[in-house]
Amino acid sequence: MIELENVAYSYGGGELLSDISLKLAAGSFHFLTGPSGTGKTTLLKLCYGALLPTAGHVRLFDRDVRGLERDDIAMMRRRIGVVHQDVKFLDHMPLSDNVSLPLTVSGRHAEAAGADLDELMSWVGLTSRMQALPPELSGGERQRAALARAVIMSPDVVLADEPTGNIDWEMSQRLLRLLIELNRMGKTVLIATHDLSLIRATKAHVQARVLRIANRRLQLAGADL
Amino acid sequence: MNLGLSNVRAMIAGDSQADRVVPPSGFTARLTVFAAAAMAFLAVFALALSLASGRLAARWGDELARSATIRIVAPLDQRAAQTDAALRVLETWRGVASARALTDAEQQALLAPWFGPELALDSLPVPRLIELISEPEGFDAAGLRLRLAAEVPGAVLDDHSRWREPLVAAASRLRLLGWLSTLLIAATMAAIVTLAANAALSANAQVIAVLRLVGATDGYIARAFIRRFTLRALAGATLGMLVGGAAVWLLPSAASEAGFLTGLGIEGWRWLLLLLIPLLAAAVAFGATGAAARRTLKELE
Ligand SMILES: Nc1ncnc2c1ncn2[C@@H]1O[C@H](COP(=O)(O)OP(=O)(O)OP(=O)(O)O)[C@@H](O)[C@H]1O
Ligand SMILES: [Mg+2]
Repeated sequence: MIELENVAYSYGGGELLSDISLKLAAGSFHFLTGPSGTGKTTLLKLCYGALLPTAGHVRLFDRDVRGLERDDIAMMRRRIGVVHQDVKFLDHMPLSDNVSLPLTVSGRHAEAAGADLDELMSWVGLTSRMQALPPELSGGERQRAALARAVIMSPDVVLADEPTGNIDWEMSQRLLRLLIELNRMGKTVLIATHDLSLIRATKAHVQARVLRIANRRLQLAGADL
Repeated sequence: MNLGLSNVRAMIAGDSQADRVVPPSGFTARLTVFAAAAMAFLAVFALALSLASGRLAARWGDELARSATIRIVAPLDQRAAQTDAALRVLETWRGVASARALTDAEQQALLAPWFGPELALDSLPVPRLIELISEPEGFDAAGLRLRLAAEVPGAVLDDHSRWREPLVAAASRLRLLGWLSTLLIAATMAAIVTLAANAALSANAQVIAVLRLVGATDGYIARAFIRRFTLRALAGATLGMLVGGAAVWLLPSAASEAGFLTGLGIEGWRWLLLLLIPLLAAAVAFGATGAAARRTLKELE
């Protein structure tokens, strides 16, 4: 699905990530951890084509990102659902329309107002906030909405950047269960988080690989969790 | 990005949902509607000017070219004889369709504005006027002048070309200026729409970024803007065209070609040409917004 091969990235200064190789196989479940500022978000951006590697190759669905046209990138984004750490919405549209926006822009209007939306909104506990405008939402509500928007297209891959940052334990468990559920349906899931307790809580339910960024490189985290 | 026929179709079919993804923006909307209305209003006059001057050029160039006047300047006792002699020459002259002497009453009417109605023509050495109409292919004026000089010493042929030619030239120039104005109006409209579209695009950079993140193509985003500006231009231009058309309609009309300024009206089927103005405005807005969107979307991100 997503493949990084000897990837390096730098924002212009020194290299932030070096020699990163990673393969997100179909149906796999990954966690990505590391201290703040080590490049988790950057790595995720490389994984959905928002950034191009300064060295090495990134392949999305077997296509090198360097060869992608602008429209191809748009198509990739329909197959890769992303929960952004600093999620942005269209502030002039009610939450329900924002969550179904990926369906709208890909011409699937009928589904945009369908039962899936209601079910999803109830899963993330936002049924009563459907008509609210994004600026009226709390930080946690925004993150739940971000997750709902990321998965509404039923994408092949879900990349979630700190999806539980502003959320209480009970709700984060609930969101996690949604991601585990999607993984059981065969979706590829990658969650970037520095919340180790979240990772531990998942262990019982899913076979997850835990990766850690340290010294600009990617390591497989082991028993120390 | 494809902004071809399929986009035009998608745009006309409309996509209410796609329309809503871009927030309604007050000032660029009003700017576009106003500019389109003003430009359409001006375009009506430019068009009316072009049509009227075209009409005048045709009339002066064609209809007047077919008429000429012969003045018989002779002592009172020879006037009638010379007039008859001139008419005889004209009867057989090639290219002359008809010729007739103006009656006393007609000449009196011509002079009345200057000398009053009580003028006694037969006691005054007023030249007798002969009006002649030529065949469409015209007649040999120089030859006629020579022949008249030989047979009718008092006859002076005036084929109007002296005052007609500069008028025809002026009318043609005026028509050219009218079309040039129309072109400038369209270009100005394109410039204003481009500015407004650029303003709208940069004001909505955030919106565009969000749309991109959820998988919107450039074409989809561009269409949302193009549709708006095209419809606004269409609405504004329709309004301006109606007001401008009404103004031209209400201009006092004059039947004679002398009333140049009042002859600015639009005649018959040519009113239908006004319908082109909103369509042209919409097309200009469509093109200008499309170009602006293509450029901006490439620059952003
Ligand atoms: N657009 C940018 N231009 C320059 N530097 C950047 C940019 N984005 C991020 N950085 C820097 O790159 C480093 C890694 O940032 P990144 O957001 O990937 O970290 P992170 O691991 O996600 O951190 P956090 O856990 O706080 O979210 C940081 O030092 C950050 O300041
Ligand atoms: Mg981050």
